[in-house]
Amino acid sequence: MAKMTLEQLRKLREDKKQDLTRREVEGKEIQIIVGMGTCGIAAGAKQTFDEIVKAVDEYGLGADVIIRQTGCMGLCYVEPTVEVVMPGMPTVIYGKMTQETAKELVRKHLVEKSLLENHIFDRPAADIVKK
Amino acid sequence: MHYALEDYVLDIAQNAVEAGAGLVGVEVDETDEAVSVAITDDGVGMTEEEVARALDPFYTDGKKHAKRKVGLGLPFLVQAARQAEGSFGIESRKGEGTRVSFSFPKGNVDAPPVGDLPGLFRSILCLPGAHEMTIRRTRTSKSGDLSYELSRKELAEALGGLERGDSLAMLRDFLVSQEEDETD
Repeated sequence: MAKMTLEQLRKLREDKKQDLTRREVEGKEIQIIVGMGTCGIAAGAKQTFDEIVKAVDEYGLGADVIIRQTGCMGLCYVEPTVEVVMPGMPTVIYGKMTQETAKELVRKHLVEKSLLENHIFDRPAADIVKK
Repeated sequence: MHYALEDYVLDIAQNAVEAGAGLVGVEVDETDEAVSVAITDDGVGMTEEEVARALDPFYTDGKKHAKRKVGLGLPFLVQAARQAEGSFGIESRKGEGTRVSFSFPKGNVDAPPVGDLPGLFRSILCLPGAHEMTIRRTRTSKSGDLSYELSRKELAEALGGLERGDSLAMLRDFLVSQEEDETD
């Protein structure tokens, strides 16, 4: 891959923007929030984040999904943790979201709109919910 | 415990952003013999006493995690640098900011691997907040040299933000391309 300039990046974005049609999901956005505290990083949250970005792109959901990092969600024993906020679905914190299970999460929760069993650990903790 | 050098950098960059910095600078310089990193911020800074506490694994100010009794980010790094015969330094002034620097000799068996730098740079560029972050990366090697600088604000402007899935995928490709040798 040749070194890309900022101008080429800008053009790539413009080209891609024309190919994508944003789907309005009840006027709200889908958010995937990855826990990237020290505990998350040590358990492989960076690789999980990377896999989620790849899977979202592969399923053509890139324009609809916001992917964010946050600190520790208080579930260090099941890191890496991932919170999914999606209109029409319950907000869930998934645990043990390794690189391998991250793609499965995108397929089940975002594409098939069903929950990924055996990885549901919590709803958002009260102290990280914006009121 | 952290595995790669990238994990330490992510940890310290997060600290810098959480310290209320308006500008965070990350430098990664590599030769065939060593890799050196410096993270500078203009955040709240620390007194000498606070710096000493930051290096104590059994101390945390409790701001990030109210019930946690340990703060392991910097102590992990100090221990790893000591084991690998590398170096570690921290300079801080209350109200002015902090600079953390460290280096590892690549030949030492205990030196951590550098890790995935494009992935690291994306993670730190996407840390939430209104701050600016600059990344300066150099590599001088028999196999080829490279040098580039990145600005969070410029990248966010080029991509229309740094949070959407498609922007993140394009950012990753862009960062991977920056690691191409200039001599190729």
